Amino acid sequence: MADTDAAEVDARVDARVDELLAEHPPAETARLEFWEAQYDKGLAWAWHPEGFGGMGLARKDQTRINRRLEDAGASTENRQINLLGIAMGAGVLDAHATDQQKQRWLRPMFTTEEIWCQLFSEPGAGSDVAGLSTRAVRDGDEWVVTGQKVWTTLAHLAKWGMVVTRTDPNAPKHQGMTYFVVDMTSPGVEVRPLYQITGEAEFNEVFFNDVRVPDENRIDAVGAGWRVALTTLMNERVAIGGSTSPRESGYIGQAVEVWKESGEDDAVLRDRLLHLWADAEAARLTSQRANEMASAGIPGPEGSTGKLAWAHLNKEITAFTVDLMGLDGTLYPEGYELTRPDRFGPHEPRKAFLRTRANSIEGGTSEIMLNILGERVLGLPGEPRVDKDLPWVEVPRG
Amino acid sequence: MIRSTARQFLTDRIPMEKVRELMMSDDGFERVLWKEMADLGWTGLSIAEQHGGAGLGQVELTVLVEEMGRMVTPGPFFASAVLATTALQETASDTQQAELLPALASGEMIATLAVFEQPRGWSWDTPATSARDDEGSWSLSGAKRGVLDGHLADRILVTATVDDGLGLFLVDGEADGLSITQESALDPTRRQASLVLQDVPATRIGDGDVTAGLQRALRLAVIALSAEQVGGAQACMEMSVEYAKTRFQFGRPIGSYQSIKHRCANMLMKVEHARSASYYAARVGHDDPELAVAAPLASTVASEAYVWVAGENIQIHGGIGFTWEHDAHIYLKRAKTSSLLLGSPHHQRDLLGRAIGI
Repeated sequence: MADTDAAEVDARVDARVDELLAEHPPAETARLEFWEAQYDKGLAWAWHPEGFGGMGLARKDQTRINRRLEDAGASTENRQINLLGIAMGAGVLDAHATDQQKQRWLRPMFTTEEIWCQLFSEPGAGSDVAGLSTRAVRDGDEWVVTGQKVWTTLAHLAKWGMVVTRTDPNAPKHQGMTYFVVDMTSPGVEVRPLYQITGEAEFNEVFFNDVRVPDENRIDAVGAGWRVALTTLMNERVAIGGSTSPRESGYIGQAVEVWKESGEDDAVLRDRLLHLWADAEAARLTSQRANEMASAGIPGPEGSTGKLAWAHLNKEITAFTVDLMGLDGTLYPEGYELTRPDRFGPHEPRKAFLRTRANSIEGGTSEIMLNILGERVLGLPGEPRVDKDLPWVEVPRG
Repeated sequence: MIRSTARQFLTDRIPMEKVRELMMSDDGFERVLWKEMADLGWTGLSIAEQHGGAGLGQVELTVLVEEMGRMVTPGPFFASAVLATTALQETASDTQQAELLPALASGEMIATLAVFEQPRGWSWDTPATSARDDEGSWSLSGAKRGVLDGHLADRILVTATVDDGLGLFLVDGEADGLSITQESALDPTRRQASLVLQDVPATRIGDGDVTAGLQRALRLAVIALSAEQVGGAQACMEMSVEYAKTRFQFGRPIGSYQSIKHRCANMLMKVEHARSASYYAARVGHDDPELAVAAPLASTVASEAYVWVAGENIQIHGGIGFTWEHDAHIYLKRAKTSSLLLGSPHHQRDLLGRAIGI
């Protein structure tokens, strides 16, 4: 029964893909036009309802669609170009937005005509993002937003920003927040590059100085901001941890390459490399198993470990690769030019060594990820929280 | 199905009290339990139906062995139903398989495999043990060590160097000239013996050099062992998590402190990684060249995970974890021993490196 259903779904998906490819042969179609057509056919986010870029199917069906499109030579680069929109923003809109909002935002998001960014973290609210202090005050049909956000990828290119604000400072911290989609080209939005230890600014700091946001850009209810933020973060961690790449790819592949080029045969270094190789392969097989289980509708603990595992491995592997390079490992050929990057990794080993230091911070620090594994997966008790029931204004900060 | 039957049988018949009783006994096992396992079809799980087995594969075997690992089940299952059985399947002639496998499947015969001779290292392909051919009747002379459950075995498969390479021979556990000494093992739930052979009458298994067949068998055994390690590591993690929820210090459950919580979360990661490598390896076919990668990979990851988790389990339990009465030490001993039986993690990484060209 279930098999018949699955076969039927696959047949429906295939028919739709065939249609798209026949009407818009990838080789002869501009990317933008192809992505528009893909959205209109419901092949953008398979699990969205018809009319909103989907076919009302499951997430896993999108994997099949993407594979077929890639096989046919169609570009799926929009998923990288508008990563935060397509991987996270769409999930938020799907779960929390009105139909009108979805109609307005989903299509140009998918086609990359409008780039999205996410503005959660603040200088005073990192791991404790629910402690954030960017204020939104209602003024008629509008809200006035004031505050500062950091670690904002793509803010300088973005048309839309997903912003969590504090709308009720007298409520306990989780209850007083509201979620908005802010036009990043509005007056009062100031985006400054935030240079990282690599010398590049992948991220930004964003200042909101009395930015006026129409109430129709509010997502979900006033005070429901935390719930919406959690949806965003869940989608983020799925996006970071859930991908499966081929064996010996990424930074472990780079390490192997450097090892082979060096002609090194030191037993200690070889064992260390093999140790990392085995750990990377076990992590990769875990991502693969997690995807299989998720497709079969049996999500298990294996799905929660990916982000944590790769953060650790990327740091260890790149540090080791630099070791293998000896004195060359102490050079930094790209120089510290303080520029904006034109691409996001993979980087050469020395830059990778620096860049991967952030892997255990971005998208949830490894300490927070370990708390999540311990509390949500293993059921261990939480730590006492002194700020839980206090009005936000009374919470000590510094 | 196999998992739930196994869990129920092991919980009913070989719970921890029984494990403790067996680990303090002379033989470390009772033949009556073997009969019960055989009746459940376990001893013949991976033996073909035509030879009286259930005809299932490595995946099903993995499930069963994982459950045994959870319960640190004592006895010769790994020695007989995994090592010896797989070695026969990979090296013996059809006639020999038809002759020997039914007795293994029915549980009538317990067998084991004797391949190692040196106290350090795991080389097995050029044994000092020699075989003499006296007009078609063979006799073996030499010594073996690390022979799992050798003291219980009705038959022992022994490697010896012959003119045409590596030979595998079957000897009777009570043969003339064979002396079997049970060693005092670090892990009292899995016994091992040393053998001394002096002109022991033997039957040659298979035809010609058995290096390739035995290598496949050892890889498959390493994979099964990794599943047992996953089961044991999972049990240690569960023990730690349970204790962290119920043990209070400074007025709070210790699991609410990040030092303990994060340790438990890291246990989960290591267990899940080991599980992935082990399950993956179990799905690789016995004649697939990928076995040369998958087996040492599963072994090194599962060995390190189990040893680490078993050790941390003691630490999380604090003082009580170091006592004889607590079960944590039983797992630590099994973990450490399992990580060395068929090749240490370093050795397995060396094999992995050879397989992937590093």
